[in-house]
Amino acid sequence: MSIQTQLLLIPLLPLVGSLLAGLLGRQLGRAGAHWVTILAVAGAFGLSALTAWQVFIEGLGPLNYSVYTWALVDGFTFEVGFLIDSLSALMMVVVTFVSLMVHIYTIGYMHDDPGYQRFFAYINLFTFAMLMLVMANNFLQLFFGWEAVGVVSYLLIGFWFKKDSAVKANLKAFLVNRGGDFGLVLGVAAVAYYMGSLDYWEVFANVDAVSGQTVTLVGDWQWSVMTVICICLFIGAMGKSAQAPLHVWLPDSMEGPTPISALIHAATMVTAGIFMVARLSPLFEQSATALSFILIVGAFTALFLGLIGIVQNDIKRVVAYSTLSQLGYMTVALGVSAYSAAIFHLMTHAFFKALLFLGAGSVIIALHHKQDMRQMGGLARYMPITTATAWLGSLALIGFPFFSGFYSKDMIIEAVKASDRWGSGFATFAVMAGVVVTALYTFRMLYLTFHGPTRMDDATRAHAHESPWVVTVPLILLAIPSVGIGYLTVEPILFGGALADAITVAPAHDVMAKVSEKFHGAFAFGLHGFVTSVFALAMLGVGVATYVYLGNPKVAQAAKDRLYWLWTILDQKYGFDAFYQKIIAGGSLGLAGGLSRIFDAGLIDHGVVNGSARLVSRCARLARQVQTGFVFHYAFAMIIGLVALLASFLWLQ
Amino acid sequence: MLDWPLLSLLIWLPIVAACVVALVGSAQPGLVRPLALVGALVVLGLSVVLYLGFDTGTSAYQFQEKAPWISAFNVYYHLGVDGFALPLIMLTALIGVLVIIGGWGIKDRVHLYMAAFLVLEGLMVGVFAAMDALLFYVFFEAMLVPMFLIIGIWGGPNRIYATIKFFLFTFFGSVFMLIALIWMYLQSGSFEITDLHSLPIDLHAQILIFLAFLIAFAVKIPMWPVHTWLPDAHVEAPTGGSVVLAAVMLKIGGYGLVRFSLPITPDAAAALDWLVIGLSLVAITYIGFVALAQSDMKKLIAYSSISHMGFVTLGLFLAFAIARNSGELKGAGLGMSGAMVQMISHGFISAAMFSAVGVLYDRAHSREIKSYGGVANTMPWFAVFAVLFFMANSGLPGTSGFVGEFMVIIAAFHANFWFAFVAATTLLLGAAYSLWLVKRVFYGEVGNQKVAGLKDLTGREWVVLTTLAAFILAVGVWPFPLIEMMEASVQDLMMHIVESKLK
Repeated sequence: MSIQTQLLLIPLLPLVGSLLAGLLGRQLGRAGAHWVTILAVAGAFGLSALTAWQVFIEGLGPLNYSVYTWALVDGFTFEVGFLIDSLSALMMVVVTFVSLMVHIYTIGYMHDDPGYQRFFAYINLFTFAMLMLVMANNFLQLFFGWEAVGVVSYLLIGFWFKKDSAVKANLKAFLVNRGGDFGLVLGVAAVAYYMGSLDYWEVFANVDAVSGQTVTLVGDWQWSVMTVICICLFIGAMGKSAQAPLHVWLPDSMEGPTPISALIHAATMVTAGIFMVARLSPLFEQSATALSFILIVGAFTALFLGLIGIVQNDIKRVVAYSTLSQLGYMTVALGVSAYSAAIFHLMTHAFFKALLFLGAGSVIIALHHKQDMRQMGGLARYMPITTATAWLGSLALIGFPFFSGFYSKDMIIEAVKASDRWGSGFATFAVMAGVVVTALYTFRMLYLTFHGPTRMDDATRAHAHESPWVVTVPLILLAIPSVGIGYLTVEPILFGGALADAITVAPAHDVMAKVSEKFHGAFAFGLHGFVTSVFALAMLGVGVATYVYLGNPKVAQAAKDRLYWLWTILDQKYGFDAFYQKIIAGGSLGLAGGLSRIFDAGLIDHGVVNGSARLVSRCARLARQVQTGFVFHYAFAMIIGLVALLASFLWLQ
Repeated sequence: MLDWPLLSLLIWLPIVAACVVALVGSAQPGLVRPLALVGALVVLGLSVVLYLGFDTGTSAYQFQEKAPWISAFNVYYHLGVDGFALPLIMLTALIGVLVIIGGWGIKDRVHLYMAAFLVLEGLMVGVFAAMDALLFYVFFEAMLVPMFLIIGIWGGPNRIYATIKFFLFTFFGSVFMLIALIWMYLQSGSFEITDLHSLPIDLHAQILIFLAFLIAFAVKIPMWPVHTWLPDAHVEAPTGGSVVLAAVMLKIGGYGLVRFSLPITPDAAAALDWLVIGLSLVAITYIGFVALAQSDMKKLIAYSSISHMGFVTLGLFLAFAIARNSGELKGAGLGMSGAMVQMISHGFISAAMFSAVGVLYDRAHSREIKSYGGVANTMPWFAVFAVLFFMANSGLPGTSGFVGEFMVIIAAFHANFWFAFVAATTLLLGAAYSLWLVKRVFYGEVGNQKVAGLKDLTGREWVVLTTLAAFILAVGVWPFPLIEMMEASVQDLMMHIVESKLK
């Protein structure tokens, strides 16, 4: 099998699987549908792993080639093609592995659902779209994958389309993402205009020619072209990767079934924005302004959206806000030019966050689709595997030394500290404070769900039991990398130059080089992790959570009463949702109604169009009155006319 | 085989078929539908033959036929196609078949219904194939008659108002075109469109001619603010009428700009491009908002059509602004090709959406969004199509709806950042009105008893919707052949319009 065939099969297998399960779902039956799609994604995973082996171990050089020409127009060549290098190989493995785990898990989670085949078709289609996105060698295909994952996300959030909240959430998700895409399209158009191409490598080659140019958009204010391009592109990333203020769709996306919360809204799709910025690092390196903007947005998201997680009672929403916060960490890393650290955190996060979501899902199955943590507690007794894996995922999330999240998150913190970029002071504060917050909401969730006295009603408790093997095996398989992948890969990815062929960092921006001076191997770094201030902060969060939610639950209520204003702000999510709902959506509909009624139907149609018809008919009515049919009227008119004519002759003479 | 007068066949065969169907109709009602279908299928086959014989490497008119028609005025029956006309003729032939299949269930005077559509098809092909301006004008006006009848006979309750409005609007516009044509005939002694292309005209006259053509074609497209006939016409038209109106007839306006306005009065177009661009941007945003406020599905789609046609007019008129901005023409061809692709794509998508509304209307006899809710529960396959079509309408990559808009937005950026900025609002507005409709009609619990009783697609509906879906996806995934067909003509037009025609 040639390398081209191998690469082509990776996205095509899930596409074919999706079409089979989607169009012939009834003929294939439930088992047929899940076998077809699981085999397809397993094949894609196998081939991706093989590709990664070839890239990382055998040193297969970057491959950049066209699969077919999409259009040739006016000197522009639009291609569909692949760029296979370390970055895409890494992403392909992560995407297909998590996808495979989620596929298997779905057999258990969706067991009783009438839309079983449809669900498998969607998640297979998603895998195809995500692979096209990460394998793209040009902006057009990036945008295709970008929108395609968005559509599948829309379909999956609204999977239970009878539920009103679900179909509200999916419309919201799509529209907010379109808000981001608005920026992305302008960014792509700008790239096409200034660089004359949409092919990544051709664009990168033209960066130097453009980097000094400026453009005036409003008044006489000169903007650097690269800043405009990068900010536009990043607005796209803000939509997809749910950065404030375009984050509001992600918590609501939890209306979808849990497997896709893990796959799409934690591990893969939402990281597309992070991936894009890393992929386009040669562009972003040209604009310190854009990077500072990214840094501020990421820092805000990391800290303030994490805080909301503390007051959530729905287990999935806690994990969702945690995802927002962690995406913020990745964005911060991008903002200080530590692209490799962002990708590294993206990878570890994909594993442990998928694990946490699937663990939450396992709890939800056991409790017959109850998601409120106030009605849980003490589940450790009934669900040992779920509990153990949730602990492992949580330790990774809070960055406990030697766990995967420890390496990736501490590296981001180190990178921010080492950076002198405008905004890095605020970012340092945000990521450090975020550590406490992360530990606090994570352990709150662990305790409320698995430990302490149970708050389940008797019927639920009678049925609470460990989930079947199709659920627990993916949990275990995800727990392994959640624990170990950081330790194993931190050195090659961050300091060994494994991503060097894909990521460009200007020497003056290279914070990872500064960090590497403090790094003396993964083991030493892990040991040192126990004596850092970051560890102390994490333990502070854990300690508070332990005291409040395990030791003395009354404190939680007292704190809520005492700090009611703070609780309200967090519970209202800083008013973002209300703002979108009332001002943006309400305002648009009001404007639409006004334009439609007053302007279109009123002024143009009733006024001008029918008005001119009325005018004609009124003139005609007047003219008609003259045509009376009486001869003496006509004779009278003639005489008048004759007199007038003669009079005019006289007057003219 | 290529010696056949293919274009004449494409024009007259459906008209002959219409006569046969109309005559056979009363005697042999059973034969009406099959005969009409065969006629339309043969025309579709001929259009494929036309495509296979078409040389994409040249911008020259091909398959030319020329015969004297009115010698006294130097008028010829002169036909020919280039890269602009060919895809539109193929679209017409395809839609011709689909409306026959879609109208299978018509009970009232079905032979006349089928005949009207076949005549309309022939006349529309005539509009695209005419190389003589007077011949074009004749087809352009004649086309109104069958459409007038279609809406007036098989239309909804308020059809008389709608037909008269439709007729007066378009007729009002085309009178100006006739005056302009006669003036130019008096100058040049010819009605040959290519002669008019090379006729030197001073700027003042060019501007008057340009405005005359603009009125004629702006009504047809329709551009804001002469668009209000379209929602009424669509609402009252039977499904087939809406499909042809949206898919093909609106395109005649865009085609007219390409064939007449730009090449005959390039200096006026350069001087007044701000007007067309401005109106286009108003159409894209303002009409997008108006679409959001509609409660009638057909009205919503009608407004969506106006908004999408804004991309056609925008793309066509970007060349001058691009030349002014960057001193070169790079990107101008992208805008023009984008406009053309948008026309074809909108042909598929609007036909698909109107057919989808027809599917619902046939069952529940309502066009109101609020009469539905949860249709996906009872008609799951139909919902799949509908979601695809409305997604395509919101410009989803991988569907044809994306291709033209994307190209025009990139081209607009070459002219001015803010053009692109305003045009890109369609990403939000298009998605908002399309998907909000999907949410209200298809999602949720079963809305009422009527929805509960709905049956999923019939075989004929499957054929129509699958065909349109296939084209929407094919053009989205691989627009190469469509763009290749037009590229030579686009480049030729672009070179032509930047050369001044001032005496």
